Amino acid sequence: MYQFLFNITGNEIIAGLITACIPLVFILIFVLFAVWFERKVSAHMQDRLGPMRVGWHGVLQTVADFVKMLQKEDIIATEADRKLFSIAPVLVFAGSFAAYAAIPFSSKLLGSEVEVGIFYVIAISSLVVAGILMAGWSSNNKYSLLGAMRSAAQIVSYEIPTALVVLSMVMLTGTLSLDKMSQMQTAHFWDWNIFGGPTFGFAKFLLIPFMFVGFLIVYISTLAEVNRTPFDIPEAESELVAGYFTEYVGMKWAMFMLSEYANMFSVSAIITILFFGGYQSPVGYLGNTLGAPALIPFEQGIWFIAKGIFFVFVQMWLRWTLPRLRVDQLMTVCWKYLIPYAFINLIIIGIITLL
Amino acid sequence: MALKTETMVLNMGPQHPSTHGVLRLELELEGEVIVNVKPHIGYLHRCFEKHAEVMTYPQVIPYTDRMDYLASMSNNFGYVVAVEKLLGIQVPDRVQYIRVIMAELQRIASHLVALGTNGLDIGAFTPFLYLFRDREHILSLFEMTCGARLLYNYMWVGGLSHDIHPDFVRLTKEFVNYFRPTITELNNLLTFNKIFIERTANIGILPLDTAINFGATGPVLRGSGLAFDLRREDPYSIYDRFNFEIPTGKGLVGTIGDCWDRYYVRVLEMEQSLRIIEQAIDPIPEGDVQSAIPKRVKPPKGTVYSRTENPRGELGYFIISDGNVNPFRIKVRGPSFVNLELMGELCKGHLVADVIAILGSIDIVLGEVDR
Repeated sequence: MYQFLFNITGNEIIAGLITACIPLVFILIFVLFAVWFERKVSAHMQDRLGPMRVGWHGVLQTVADFVKMLQKEDIIATEADRKLFSIAPVLVFAGSFAAYAAIPFSSKLLGSEVEVGIFYVIAISSLVVAGILMAGWSSNNKYSLLGAMRSAAQIVSYEIPTALVVLSMVMLTGTLSLDKMSQMQTAHFWDWNIFGGPTFGFAKFLLIPFMFVGFLIVYISTLAEVNRTPFDIPEAESELVAGYFTEYVGMKWAMFMLSEYANMFSVSAIITILFFGGYQSPVGYLGNTLGAPALIPFEQGIWFIAKGIFFVFVQMWLRWTLPRLRVDQLMTVCWKYLIPYAFINLIIIGIITLL
Repeated sequence: MALKTETMVLNMGPQHPSTHGVLRLELELEGEVIVNVKPHIGYLHRCFEKHAEVMTYPQVIPYTDRMDYLASMSNNFGYVVAVEKLLGIQVPDRVQYIRVIMAELQRIASHLVALGTNGLDIGAFTPFLYLFRDREHILSLFEMTCGARLLYNYMWVGGLSHDIHPDFVRLTKEFVNYFRPTITELNNLLTFNKIFIERTANIGILPLDTAINFGATGPVLRGSGLAFDLRREDPYSIYDRFNFEIPTGKGLVGTIGDCWDRYYVRVLEMEQSLRIIEQAIDPIPEGDVQSAIPKRVKPPKGTVYSRTENPRGELGYFIISDGNVNPFRIKVRGPSFVNLELMGELCKGHLVADVIAILGSIDIVLGEVDR
């Protein structure tokens, strides 16, 4: 994408800026949609209607909320550390936004063709932890501090099982690049990594159960990384009021929400790329049938976003069904179950790949 | 050399999403572990007992509504039973039957809120709304009968404010049939949910002797394993005519007397209340519900203590009469107030997240704690 724009404009900065704006625009539109979607999903699960007033079935509700948020007074508590307090939401959002740089939306639309894509995503999303700690500390509020501490512990712990599963996928595919991973899982669903990858043979069938285990582990740990129920302990509204962003109002608060929803999609996107063929269509392309190859990247984009939104939907589904774990039980799940299983899975996949 | 450490004091409430009103808990924390809990009450104090001294006996009834606002019928019931005992009047059977049905419906409605908010505090949002949907049916029945949905002023000294609606019997039967399966739904959704059990089993264990020493009553006491229910121990009204069981905590998934037991006792009690309603709905005799209402409530000199089984435990009214039209003194023994004292005992050594699970399982209503 960057190369393409560079060829047109002939200017590095303009090309870079335009490339960066595409995910930003996507995030904003996605968040507008996702907040409405979450409210609708929860409402229908709970025998309610949800927002109905603004637009058709309340589709513009989030826009209205956003306008309200813009008008709010920007309150900073007198005892808060003003600088850190203002930087924290930006840093949190920057972390989740930066992860989008390496996510291929289709074969033509990706921010940066970094070879170490998945490594970069895992590394950059850790930046969020620093922002959360800053928010919790600078608010000078005990609830915020408790929430930030819990959150830091949780995100750092759950990165380990995620990284282990990602490692096993890297061993299987032999590449760190998210784009190459997507390309390898060609345009049929039986070539997806969850069904053992594109190579056909005995090893493919051996891999399938371990792929499912890997998928479950990574799905559970990403749920924890984006602070969704049953792991929404950092912001547990019935215990810690709102966790690390208790003291925030208006747009600063909106930045945290923006970051949360952006994260929800980015982890779903990573799962899609690792296991579910990335932007590849499960059934072949209309562009091929019609003889119009130019259509293919657009179709890929639609498939990618559809798959991502499906996993976002599952996250919402779980949120409105399950109660919340306690902070020590959360650590137990991670250290006593997920990490050992992820290790065993890693070793077995390694052996199968060697065969 | 060890570093000097201090405990942190965290104020939970009076504005906090899960202190069930305006309770303030002063938590002393060592990290996230509770060292001590001090409940501070009184934010909702409305001088009920002092007010009652300048009101006539029937005028006190609307005030009793406003104590335990989730179980107004039961509060009315307790008060009128006490005053009738003081007056020494007999109430017609029709009134008695209707009162029992209303009290049991109220018990179900109150338990639904208790169970729902207990789940809500633990993070399960959806069951809460399902239970509110079911509570709505009961509130409609009440609304149909007396026009009010929350504060009924329905039971009067010697009778009732309104007779039941002609459709009431049919709709109540429909409700009973509708509600039985939803208890199963609740059990599937929340009660036996693995995470819910993890959060509540073996948490806030209340040994039976502690429960008795603190004077705990209602589901809190029964959760610790003692089948003590005033409807059986000291039958008032016509409770001696019905068959029902008294569920107790069995330690099904943890230890006897933990949060889960207190929760599950409430679930089982709803089924027993349904049984009582089923037995009481058919034999309602014909008659006038206002025939025994005295023209002027002026009890003779004397005192009375009458206790009834509120959804939250023993609701006692101690009334001193000096032979006048207004009571000389009314003292209320509120179950929530007494049960709340257990907080300090139950929370020690648990985490912050457990405090709200324990508070939810005790099920307090601040309107009645502060009166």
